[in-house]
Amino acid sequence: MEEGNGEVETMTDDREIRQTLAAALVKAATEDDRIVVLDADLMSCHATKCFKEAFPDRFINVGIAEQNMIGVAAGLATMGKIPVAYSFAPFATRRCYDQIFISVAYSGLNVKIIGSEPGVAAEANGGTHMPFEDMAIMRAIPHMVCFEPTDATMMEKAVPKILAYDGAVYVRMFRKKAEKVYDDSLQFELGKAYRLVEGKDVTLVASGIMVARALEAAKTLADSHGVSARVVNACTWKPLDRDELVSAAKETGAIVTCENHNVFGGLGSAVAELVSAHCPVPIEMVGVKDEFGQVGKNAYLSEVYGITAADIVSAALRAVERKR
Amino acid sequence: MDSAEKSFLTAKARQLRDDAIESIGTFGVGHIGGVMSVMDALTVIYYSKAKNLDPADPRKPDRDRIVMSKGHAGPAMYAVLADLGYFPKEWLKTLNLNGTSLPSHCDMNKTPGIDMTAGSLGQGLSAAVGMALGAKLNGDPITVYCFIGDGESQEGQIWEASMFAGSHKLDNLIVLLDYNKMQLDGPVSAINDIAPVEAKWEAFGFFVQSVDGHDVEAIADAIDRAKTSGKANMIVLNTIKGKGASFAEAAANCHSMTITEDMWRKETGRLKP
Repeated sequence: MEEGNGEVETMTDDREIRQTLAAALVKAATEDDRIVVLDADLMSCHATKCFKEAFPDRFINVGIAEQNMIGVAAGLATMGKIPVAYSFAPFATRRCYDQIFISVAYSGLNVKIIGSEPGVAAEANGGTHMPFEDMAIMRAIPHMVCFEPTDATMMEKAVPKILAYDGAVYVRMFRKKAEKVYDDSLQFELGKAYRLVEGKDVTLVASGIMVARALEAAKTLADSHGVSARVVNACTWKPLDRDELVSAAKETGAIVTCENHNVFGGLGSAVAELVSAHCPVPIEMVGVKDEFGQVGKNAYLSEVYGITAADIVSAALRAVERKR
Repeated sequence: MDSAEKSFLTAKARQLRDDAIESIGTFGVGHIGGVMSVMDALTVIYYSKAKNLDPADPRKPDRDRIVMSKGHAGPAMYAVLADLGYFPKEWLKTLNLNGTSLPSHCDMNKTPGIDMTAGSLGQGLSAAVGMALGAKLNGDPITVYCFIGDGESQEGQIWEASMFAGSHKLDNLIVLLDYNKMQLDGPVSAINDIAPVEAKWEAFGFFVQSVDGHDVEAIADAIDRAKTSGKANMIVLNTIKGKGASFAEAAANCHSMTITEDMWRKETGRLKP
């Protein structure tokens, strides 16, 4: 890992995250008959047909009824199954929030929830389908693990860890081909943040599609502004990797959080909650500022909501300025 | 059902009502109406129909499951579970006290013998559907019993769950509707009527039976018929809210009532020691 030179280059992955997840679930289910998959009429959007073909009895399409899907998943969990329930992120969280809260989390049941197309990734489906709050509301549920994979490789490596974890997990999943950040050497652990670029002036803490943008921003900061930016991938929002983030605060003295999500209750909030308690430093938050979604392409929406690599650069310069 | 069993179940239901009245009365306030109205059906299931229940092993894998989706009837469950020996009867005096194992609404992680947490209405039925489905996937020949309320039937999730259960012919599921016709704010029919319940559940693919919810023999016979119906099952229990607690039956609304020591002692005939 070189210091502050932003040498991690990314390019578009050749695998979709949804296909990788579905294939990993088929592989896991081959060895473990407890694994069942539930969907709410979005099988074709989630590439879960391969699971249905491999395990027709263990694929349960509940129809367009997310509240029942979560309740059925809870009931299956009481029977020793490990249910994995899919929908678009707003319908996998907001639509059935009380069911997740009571029937899954409060009941202490082992259910995995996959919410796809986070934030601006919802593109043409627009404001009704564009969750900027899913991690905020899921993070507010006691003991809920909240994870956002970065690319197909991370998703693939995460599946066995998520299935082996005995408790409720929410996965905020970009469905399609992401910027590829990781290769097969990734040693994945839930709850661990990953330092991608070393740096000493500021730390860019990113997740999901924002990781590649943070890497690009770090390179610009180094090349054009003489700022040495560390990049940390905080893919598990809850529990946050306390050691890595407190080290970032202590060693670089400033933090920029980067999320495809509302800053209210999101990654920025989570990092601020942690850092303010252990090592308060200036924090700038790149994310959606209390707005609803709308239709549009990812690139356009990212400009509208201020979550581009250029926005990260500006925020990093502000954060560094505030250290003085 | 022979007359000896009928007498036993009838007497047992009376004793369990007294235990529940004393339990709620000791705390001083609680959901007496819906606790009393389910007690006969609960007695039939726990003391006659449910298989492989073991108070010493509350999570025995091959046990029938019993879900109280109308979770505010927790005190009815606790009277039964204490009587069967899942926990000491003294616990009934701790209902809703600080640090208790017996909260007003059923909690599977606090109370031995509770199969599903409930209290946010509509959710227990979906979980029961998941249990019935899981039992089929596991090849377990178990029956899942689920009590729902009539007011609870105003929740949309009840109909999501019933549509799925009917569509998938979950014949190992027996849903029992405590049709006592009253909810917190008044008559169900005046607030948001759920009638005609039999036609609704039939339309959702269920084998529907409607019985006197205080006739233990009729309830037992309905459960027997349900087990060979080949469909998901609904037993409409036509009940009286507060049944068997005279002060509750006499009250204009007994969904939740204050119960003094004089009231519960008079009702149960349990005098001061």
